[in-house]
Amino acid sequence: MKACNVQVWRRAYWQQWLRVAKSDGNMATLQPRQIYILPTVWGVLYAVMLILLLVGSINYSLSLGYFVTFLLASLGHTAMLHTWRNVVHLHISVLHAKPVFAGDCAQVTIHMLDTKNRARYAIAAKIEQNAEVSEPIAANQSGLFLLPFTTTKRGFCALPRITVYSEFPLSLLHAWAYAELSLPILVYPKPSGHQPLPALLIDARNSGNSRASRGDDDFDGHKNYQLGDAASRVDWKASSRGSGLYTKLYSGEGASDLWLDFALVNGELEARISQLALWVVDAHASQQRYGLKLPNLTLAPSDSQAHYHACMQALALL
Amino acid sequence: MRTKAKLVTAVQIKWLLISLGAILATHALNLPLWVIGVCVLLGVWRYIAIAKPIFMPNRWLLVLLSLILGLIIVLSFKGQFGRDASLSFLVIMTALKLLETKALRDYMLCIMLGFFLVGNLFLFNQSMATFGISIAPMLLLIASLINTSLVKQNNMNNLGITKQKSTKQDALFILKFSGKLLLQSLPIMLVLFVLFPRIPGPLWGIPQDAYSGMTGLSDNLQFGNISQLTKNSSIAFRVQFQGAIPPKNQLYWRGPVLWHQEEHSWLMASDNIGLPAEHLIVSGPATHYTITLEPHNRPWLLLLDMPTNLPNNTKRTHDYSAVANEPVRSRMRYEAVSYAHYQLEANALNERESIMALQITEGENPRTRALAQTWLNLTPAQKINSALTLFREQNFIYTLRPPLLGKDPVDQFIFNTKRGFCEHYATSFVYLMRAAGLPARIVTGYQGGELNPNGNYLIVRQSDAHAWAEVWLQGQGWVRVDPTAAVSPARIEQGIGDADLERDELPLMARHDFPLLKKALLNLDTFNNGWNQWVLGYDDKKQLAFLSKMRGKTVSVTDLVVGMIVTLLAAMVATAFFVLKKTHITLNPAEKIYAQYLKKLKTIGLQLNIGEGALDFGNRVALALPPQQTLILDIAARYNALQYSQAKNAFMLTELEALTKQFKPKF
Repeated sequence: MKACNVQVWRRAYWQQWLRVAKSDGNMATLQPRQIYILPTVWGVLYAVMLILLLVGSINYSLSLGYFVTFLLASLGHTAMLHTWRNVVHLHISVLHAKPVFAGDCAQVTIHMLDTKNRARYAIAAKIEQNAEVSEPIAANQSGLFLLPFTTTKRGFCALPRITVYSEFPLSLLHAWAYAELSLPILVYPKPSGHQPLPALLIDARNSGNSRASRGDDDFDGHKNYQLGDAASRVDWKASSRGSGLYTKLYSGEGASDLWLDFALVNGELEARISQLALWVVDAHASQQRYGLKLPNLTLAPSDSQAHYHACMQALALL
Repeated sequence: MRTKAKLVTAVQIKWLLISLGAILATHALNLPLWVIGVCVLLGVWRYIAIAKPIFMPNRWLLVLLSLILGLIIVLSFKGQFGRDASLSFLVIMTALKLLETKALRDYMLCIMLGFFLVGNLFLFNQSMATFGISIAPMLLLIASLINTSLVKQNNMNNLGITKQKSTKQDALFILKFSGKLLLQSLPIMLVLFVLFPRIPGPLWGIPQDAYSGMTGLSDNLQFGNISQLTKNSSIAFRVQFQGAIPPKNQLYWRGPVLWHQEEHSWLMASDNIGLPAEHLIVSGPATHYTITLEPHNRPWLLLLDMPTNLPNNTKRTHDYSAVANEPVRSRMRYEAVSYAHYQLEANALNERESIMALQITEGENPRTRALAQTWLNLTPAQKINSALTLFREQNFIYTLRPPLLGKDPVDQFIFNTKRGFCEHYATSFVYLMRAAGLPARIVTGYQGGELNPNGNYLIVRQSDAHAWAEVWLQGQGWVRVDPTAAVSPARIEQGIGDADLERDELPLMARHDFPLLKKALLNLDTFNNGWNQWVLGYDDKKQLAFLSKMRGKTVSVTDLVVGMIVTLLAAMVATAFFVLKKTHITLNPAEKIYAQYLKKLKTIGLQLNIGEGALDFGNRVALALPPQQTLILDIAARYNALQYSQAKNAFMLTELEALTKQFKPKF
């Protein structure tokens, strides 16, 4: 754990010396001074091959051996210029990232634009050690890159440095640049826990109404039996087919609201938040109306998509 | 962080197969047929495995194949691991590597081996044609690299196999780009070629067979040696004369002198017998000339009879052949002076030479000896004449296809077959002279040569190879006698093309029956001569001499290095400037008008943002300049319509122009 911290600190230390393209407004431009270029493994192999050719040409006094050696050496130089040219002066901006659960992969949409009337080939981008995405960008056109980004903690997460790079045209040289763009990515808490959805439990105790959480006017289908479902609601006929117990679902005007209360869950803070997140997910999936009570705020019951996101955001930022 | 090895796509493999196929084709003449066959089979195998991956051989099969093929190489080259064997080995191993290629690592290794094999091409041949041919595989290898850099890694499926679609346009684009890269690499290549200090090789030993392709005179003479050489029209050397070219019958290019007779073969005198040099007296006009000798992997140099001074690093044998310290393995240029009138060892033949010059193996050729015995009492001149008369009058035929001679070859030749080439006449003549008690020896070399009128130089080909005799006469020394002249005077007077031979016996270049073709070939040779002198012969000495001449003062190696670095930097900057220069956008008429409009707005500090469309910008400007709102929005709309609408006409353009003129940027 400690060693890990030291490593993180070290990386941060040397990384502060790097030249990074900072965003101006929403857009960062990869300036010439911010492009790094180094040979790839294949570039080193190429250099070794060139040295062998040169030594052979000297040994056998082969004029045309010199020709091939020098032509290929010069080709390395030309390739370097093309690789650099392919990356430099790209404009990069981040569009959006959909919220995800902690530990899941966020998709960050990056927009890259060429204004130098140059077709760009095999431009790749990645966030930290996540998978790379490579696309060509036509001259004076732009391209969208959907970059995966693995999240770890709930809450707002700053977008890390984006590495933009290319090895076009010969894969012998690797030119790259770092772009720092501001985009807060909302990471929802990871839904987990063992407590069942507090459906009837809350209904019976809090509302004083004898009816179950959902209305009972019209039969609306089945759901798998869950601990806490009223015995009178179990569809015994359907359940006798041997594939488990089913509870009858009814819909009606008088459906009462489910309250997901921070006070109902126990354990440490993260575990409670995860449990609540799981309840929100379950409740939303079963299309119930639910409200959320947190120590700092209360969200009135609803079953809309916006409500779901509001609840998750509240949990994420708790 | 890359845990999974990157795999290659089918398209990548196809590019690689084509590239390596091209390399195999360029090396076709340098490889044994079975190696080419095996490589083609392995290539086809890999091609099939693209569609049906189950055909990819497993590791054990590959190891087994490598061992078997390696063993066959060792056996077929009889354990000699020289140039030819290493090439075969390298080519086979590359082909086997191809069968193993699934990951990018193996792929790249194959490409690098490919580049290396292109370089190896010039170990075998450095002609202009080889040079031209070598471009194609390089172009294809570079194209394979470009294609690899374009493969999208993010399209990888679960198996790690990347899909790559390829169209003809893609392939064309890649090939064009490859050509472009090569062209852009030319300037720096030229700078390095001219200015990189040439280091005289070799750095280590060179395999014995490295020069096996070179032909030339051998150190012994057997029946059939020279007539074999005569079928080869490749060039032995070129001569540039300072002054008039001597007549054809004077052009005897002296090579090894042979003394020792042993049944079928004649050998040179051993180097280390320590004989004193023969005494040479010259008279008459000197001939100054420069010879560019093609490499022939033997130490001797060819000089016109009779040379007085020798090039550096060569020594003269006692019998006036010139021998270099090392076998001539690269093209060699030397100046020499010769005299047509000379007397060699005129006063007295030393005792050891006289023994050597009379040696014939006992018990051979009884009929010839018997004939020579009858001449014992004649004067030396009469002996010579008797022999020449024999050749002239007894239906001897000069031919490149003499019948094979068995035991007692001289007897068979003189009394039975009577058909022979210069080596038959020279050896039989010397044999007769020795048997008759007159000291004689064989000189091998070249006779004649062909004038190339374009460059005013003489081309001497292997087909001009010749053998003649020298007899020692008291008071005159060693005198040249050419018995071939007795049988076919035209061979000596005009050259081998005029010798009374059947036409198809001679190589094309030595014949006279295709004058136009021959003229074209002579023009080509002029070009080739320049190529040899300036491209292939550009070594350490030539480099310094050339640069000194350019600079007008002596250039040292240090100057050379400094000059190279400076010029190289300049060339790199120039290339960078060319590659990185802005790609100018050509504006259409509407864009030109819009640019004027933008220029006007810039004066009041309103600028188009990167990526901002005309309509968005129009809205922004309209907010900033409310009084001119309508005009601004009108301009934006019209410009947009001109740029993107299908229904546009010239009238719209004039309208846009009028509106833009009307617009005055004012807050």
